[in-house]
Formats: sequence, structure tokens, C-alpha cells
Amino acid sequence: MTDLASEQGTEAAQRRPRRWHILVFLAPAVIVYTAVMILPLAETLRQSFFNVVDGRSVFVGFSNFATLFGDPRWSADFWNALRNNFIFFLIHMAVQNPIGIALAALLSLPGLRFAAFYRTAFFLPTLLSFVIVGFIWKLILSPIWGVAPWMLDLVGLKAMFGPWLGKSGSALIVVSLVSVWQFIGIPMMLIYAALLNIPEEVIEAAEIDGITGWGQFFKIKLPLVLPAIGIISILTFVGNFNAFDLVYTMQGALAGPDKATDILGTFLYRTFFGFQLQLGDPSMGATIATIMFLIILTGVCIYLFGIQRRIRRYQF
Amino acid sequence: MSKARQSTIRASLVHLALVAYTLVALFPVFLTLVNSFKSKQAIFSQPLRLPTPSTFSLVGYETVMKQGDFLTYFQNSTIVTVVSIFLVLLFGAMAAFALAEYRFRGNTLMGLYLAIGIMIPIRLGTVALLQGMVAAGLVNTLTALILVYTAQGLPLAVFILSEFMRTVSDDLKNAGRIDGLSEYAIFFRLVLPLVRPAMATVAVFTMIPIWNDLWFPLILAPSESTKTVTLGAQLFIGQFVINWNAVLSALSLAIFPVLILYVIFSRQLIRGITSGAVK
Repeated sequence: MTDLASEQGTEAAQRRPRRWHILVFLAPAVIVYTAVMILPLAETLRQSFFNVVDGRSVFVGFSNFATLFGDPRWSADFWNALRNNFIFFLIHMAVQNPIGIALAALLSLPGLRFAAFYRTAFFLPTLLSFVIVGFIWKLILSPIWGVAPWMLDLVGLKAMFGPWLGKSGSALIVVSLVSVWQFIGIPMMLIYAALLNIPEEVIEAAEIDGITGWGQFFKIKLPLVLPAIGIISILTFVGNFNAFDLVYTMQGALAGPDKATDILGTFLYRTFFGFQLQLGDPSMGATIATIMFLIILTGVCIYLFGIQRRIRRYQF
Repeated sequence: MSKARQSTIRASLVHLALVAYTLVALFPVFLTLVNSFKSKQAIFSQPLRLPTPSTFSLVGYETVMKQGDFLTYFQNSTIVTVVSIFLVLLFGAMAAFALAEYRFRGNTLMGLYLAIGIMIPIRLGTVALLQGMVAAGLVNTLTALILVYTAQGLPLAVFILSEFMRTVSDDLKNAGRIDGLSEYAIFFRLVLPLVRPAMATVAVFTMIPIWNDLWFPLILAPSESTKTVTLGAQLFIGQFVINWNAVLSALSLAIFPVLILYVIFSRQLIRGITSGAVK
């Protein structure tokens, strides 16, 4: 089939050797994409092997990486940011995706009333900008305004309240949970769509066999939406290791308190762009960006070659 | 009888869970909108009450209108978002058509090349991107943002649109060719109108991250005349941290456009997702 088609293709190409319109159709997208995305990315990777010595850019091999991993001025911040980023990701995987799947499962129940309303409500936070989300939650959690303590008081837990965003032990968890609150709409929507695409016959067959309720969800539906769960996992991974905005709006560029909420994105921003007394350092910035690139690339490769191929897909 | 009662109980439990999460999702937004219409005293003394005639106040909105150049910011955000979406849709659809319609050497490779950007964020190239924009004299222009967002949106647009274009019937296009239409006419007059629903889906997916982005406005265009709403609101909040009226009003103003856009596009978004645009 493909052979035949490609033969026809070459035949057509021989008949009309120059099909300029293909070039015209492709050129604008390829030019913008290459010039603004691919080349800067490649150039950034290249610059991670260079540093400024005596005002000139010199090839330094892996010494930028050695500085980042080993030099105490850099390595403490780097390892801290990397560890925080992994915690950030794990909290998303443990909270955001299960709740998203649960909400989607409830929404996709047949004959549910007000489904459109619920769906809109759950998706709304995803549409809001980080600035809004960060600040609203900062206000709610602020001891000055007292909304959070008042609400805890309702359930008799007022004693538990503390200035969470200001404590290094809890700040990262709180920021992660706010991010979960914001992005829960994405797994919810994708799983919801996957659940709706399960054919009626499959569900009916399960019901005839007496599989209903919880059993039906775990034995029939969940295995069928595994590919969608794979997609939301890799989307979460890429999004989390590229995150910056929420931490910046909630905790500032210094990612306080005492860098407890510092993740790779904020670390990159401070290093490359400079902040307050610290001067920007493009070479080290490029080095950090390269590390982030490698982490994301590793994640994507594990997904594409390790997970996606092993997930059994069902053709309906 | 008992079975019917059981299913009623089940249905109410389901609604209970859904309503509970609805409250979690909407409460912060509700709190902001409600308190933006109150006097400062009322914001603190009764944060959860609806504004009454005695506590109603528009002082926050007045401060925002007087202090910030929010009109300019809105204009900047709108220009950047609309132009970027237009370019993403036009260039993306053209490239998707070339990939879906014609067989040529390197077709698959080109598709893979364009797909890299779906997974690798453009942000990682910021270091060289800023240097390039400085060299091209584009720093602090809206053009810089438009270029970046166009490049950022293209990969997903090409991917989704080419999937859809493969479903357009060959007979239709061949009929057009027999009638003497050029390839360009076939694309613009026959194919584009047919993939309009997919274009709307792409527009929504492209729009949200552009409107809400903070990183590139902060780095590429932080000047007063090129600030976007998102950046403007962030800086405004930083300056007016103690003026809660102004802060809550600024936040409410920033929520409205997104809400309106979502109401317009939500049906399209749901249809796009469920019809498999992002599978």
C-alpha cells in the first residue's frame, strides 16, 4: 500500500519535476519555526560549551557543567532547584492526575445532569493567568486577610493554620497544590474525551457480564484510557520541568523563603537575566537551559520508546 | 424499588462530589470578583459577604483606571494574541496542507522536524533568542512577541491540522483540479473552509498560553509601551500591594476577557477535543 503510493508519488514527481507550490506552502512555517525556535535552541545548547574569558567568548568544553555540578557557589542552588522540581512533579502526578481522572469518570457517567456546567467550572482555573492564580491564592492564604483561617475554623481545624507560604517546610507543597488546582482541567478534559470515545457496545457487553460500577471503571474503562493517561503524564512532566510563572508570581524571582520553592525555571531566570545585585550570566544560563533540555528530552524519550509502545491500544 | 432508591442515592453522591469540587474550583474566582466591588473596610471585616448597598464601592476600579495604563496593556495583548493566532493558523494550515496532500521526498522527515516543538518548549532557547532579538533590534517591540508566539504555536497547529486535512475527500480536490483550479485555489477555496472546526480548536489551544504568558513579555518586551496585560497586572500588583481594592479590581479586569473568550469558544473546544483533535 505505502509502496504503491510512494511509487505513484515518484512518478508524479517525474512528470512535474518542480512543484513550486509545495515550497510556497511549506516555506513560511518552516522559516519562522527554524529561525525563532530551532536555531535559538541550537545556539543556546552551543553556548553552554562557551564562556567569556577576558571579554571574548572561548570554548571551554564541559567546564560550565563542572561549575554547575561542583562549584559550591552554583551547585547548592542547582541541586536544590532540581530536587524541588522533582517534588513539584511528583505532587502533580500524585494529586492532579488522579483527581483529574476521578472527575472525568464522574462527568462521563451516562445521563448526568448539569455535566456542561461542571465541566466549565473545573476548566475555568486552567484559563486564568498565573498572575491571577498566584495572587488570589496568596491573598486567601494570607494571615492578614484571614479567609483561610476562617474556613479552617468552620471544620474545627483552626489550630492547623500557619503562614504556609512563608515557611520553608510547607511553601513548596502549597505552591505545588495551587498549580494542581490551576491545571487539573487538562487531565480532566483529555480523560473525559477518551472515556466518551469508548463505544457503547463495550460497556453494554460488560453490563451483560454483570460488571458495573467500580468494577466496570477499573476493569474496563481504565485500561481503555491508558494511552490518554500516558499523554497527560508526559504533558505534566514537560510542563513541570519548564515551569516558572507560578513560582515567580507567588514567591518572586528569589523563590523564597530561602529558595525553598526554587525550581529550574526560576533558577534559569535569575542566572540568565540577573536579579537585584546578581548580574546576568548568559553562559551559565545556557548551561542550565541545556540541562533542562536534556531532562525533558529524556522524559519524552522514555515516554515515546518505553511507555507509549508498551501500552496496549484497542481498535474500535 | 430498592434498586431505584439505590440509584438515586448513587446519583446524589456523584453530584455531591462534583459540587464539592466545583466550590473548590470557583471559590477563589468568586472571592476576587465579589470583593473587588467592596470598600476596603468591608473587604477585611466580611470577606465572604456579597456587597451590600452600604459596602458597595468602585474605588478599586477607579484607582486602576487612573494609575495603570491598562488600556494600552489590553491593546498590546490583543494585538499580539490576534496577529499571532492569525499567523499560526495561516502558516500552520499551509504547511499542514503540503504535508497531508503531496508526496515528496522528505515529507515524513519534515513532519517530524516540525513536531519537535510540540514537546520541547521554546523557552529553553531564551538565551540565544534574546541575543538574536537584540541583534535584530526587535527588543521591546510587539513584533518580537508575535514572532516567538507564532513559532511556539506552529508545531501543534501543523500536527492537528494535517490530521484533519487527511480526511478531506480526494474526489473533491481532484474535481477542482479537473476544473482547472490552481493548487492555491484548491487550498484556499476548497480545503480551508472544510477544516474550519479544526482551525477553531487550534485557535483556542494557541490563544490561552499566549494571553497568559509572563516569561517572554518580561524578557523580550518589558518597556512601558509594549507591556501586555499579564505583565502589567503583575507589576501593578507589586506596586499596590497594600491597596487591596486596586489589586482585586485589577485581577477582576484581567479575568473578564478570558471568561468571555471561553464562553465564545467552549463548545468548539469540547467538540475539538472529543472528536480526537489531540489524540
